[in-house]
Amino acid sequence: MIEVKDLAYEYIRRDDNGNVESINKAIDNINFTIKKGDFVAILGANGSGKSTLAKHINAILYPTQGTVWVDGLNTSLDEHIWTIRQTAGMVFQNPDNQIIGTVVEEDVGFGPENLGVPTDEIWERVERSLEKVGMLDYRKHSPNKLSGGQKQRVAIAGIMAMEPKCIVLDEPTAMLDPNGRKEVISTARELNKKENVTVLLITHHMDEVIFADKVIVMNQGKIVMEGTPREIFTRVDEIKEYRLDVPQVTEVAYELRKAGVDIPEGILTIDELTSALLDK
Amino acid sequence: MQIVFDHVNYIYSGGTSHERHALKDINLSIDKGEFIGLIGHTGSGKSTLVQHMNGLVKATSGHIYFNGEDIYGRDYSLKKLRSKVGLVFQYPEHQLFETTVFKDVIFGPNNLGLDKLEAELRAYNALKVVGIGEDLLDASPFELSGGQKRRVAIAGVLAMHPEVLILDEPTAGLDPKGRDDILEQIDKLHKESGITIILVTHSMEDIANYADKLLVMNHGELVMNQPTKEVFSRYKELEQMDLAAPQVTYLMNILKEKGIDVETDVTTVAEARDEIIKGLKR
Repeated sequence: MIEVKDLAYEYIRRDDNGNVESINKAIDNINFTIKKGDFVAILGANGSGKSTLAKHINAILYPTQGTVWVDGLNTSLDEHIWTIRQTAGMVFQNPDNQIIGTVVEEDVGFGPENLGVPTDEIWERVERSLEKVGMLDYRKHSPNKLSGGQKQRVAIAGIMAMEPKCIVLDEPTAMLDPNGRKEVISTARELNKKENVTVLLITHHMDEVIFADKVIVMNQGKIVMEGTPREIFTRVDEIKEYRLDVPQVTEVAYELRKAGVDIPEGILTIDELTSALLDK
Repeated sequence: MQIVFDHVNYIYSGGTSHERHALKDINLSIDKGEFIGLIGHTGSGKSTLVQHMNGLVKATSGHIYFNGEDIYGRDYSLKKLRSKVGLVFQYPEHQLFETTVFKDVIFGPNNLGLDKLEAELRAYNALKVVGIGEDLLDASPFELSGGQKRRVAIAGVLAMHPEVLILDEPTAGLDPKGRDDILEQIDKLHKESGITIILVTHSMEDIANYADKLLVMNHGELVMNQPTKEVFSRYKELEQMDLAAPQVTYLMNILKEKGIDVETDVTTVAEARDEIIKGLKR
């Protein structure tokens, strides 16, 4: 579904005369593939390059070097842009950057409308999407009177209404309360399971990542760890070196092992730790 | 008591079709030097509540007292209130505006009418407290990372030498280490200067490590106002309100249910480890 080969990206800062002032190599030679239907999480400290990477998936940015293919299409070719953007929808961290309608249901309908979807179906999609994010009651409200978390759910509904093959979520839950986070992530998981939508989740919240098919850890523009959640979270010290964290229960298990309690490595959930402790 | 709310109500767009009763009969008191966490579902009124504390928003009815004075009193200086009650917003970009970091932080002190040297010293110290290096003083605030911007915004408020520091979701969007760093810095500031801290947050794990007391908002009402551990022990009620307890609290409750003899009023990883080790021995 997504293939990234030898990708590098540089942010070039120029002064008033157009001369190069500084170059920031945000992505430094990375390679990976994401299979259709996968749920992949990208973790990394601020500045690691994850958002830059995300923006390559729906052709907001073009590679400085290397290539990105989305559903077989090369993202640097102009003629593919609109197809790529309908195939790979992106949800940003700050909802104010992506809500444009004056009424919630109109904002959600904006995408499908631009795709030429028939009117009846637009409304069906709008209702389904709003329901999935728990905002159907607010359909006639003005977006600018909503709280940050509510706005974010509307933004996500707007993308879902376009029924893309792949959704890239760039820290979508950063501003949400625990229940809002649960809803957004479970919605993403449901879309992934039921409709086989490929999901690329960029997040700092470790508890959101434990169900992923694959976890990629970035640091300073490079991929430094790649594997299943269990493989990655076992390496607690390494994770912390990359300025990241592990789910609290994983950390408790790790601390218990350090203190000499004999339980297996790679514990990710409360159930697993409970079973391990009861076995003693 | 430093801050007192007495039957405070706030209604947005009163009399229009968008009318919303955002704060319903709020009564609370906050003592000097407390470290308070303010939690609640999105839309519950947390941001509205804190914006009343520095007079940014005026209550529709009810009274607010700061250090015993009614802030809606005729001769009360809201300008003075705002220098004593500092508020760092949810989106720090909304309060940064100058061409350099240093100029942005010194703006507040300058407006207090301090002499140049005093203002500069305050700005310089505030930036040090939040961990912004000297190499960034002349940088544009807008070139900084999210976490750095946040710290500059906090420095700008600290330079006013407030008695109360309110932070509206200071860790949202920061990576885990960034979150830890900023909370450590706030905690250190609290311990060293005795400043009252009110932290609005969605991260139960974060607030469990630092707050003495939690205020819980639900649909505009203040439903809990108790020490942190007591609030989290009521996790079933919290869940009804779209909230949760830290993951370790759930862990301990399940372990106890399954027969391991542990205390359940645990809210941090360190406490969990210690309690489990004790429990296994029993």
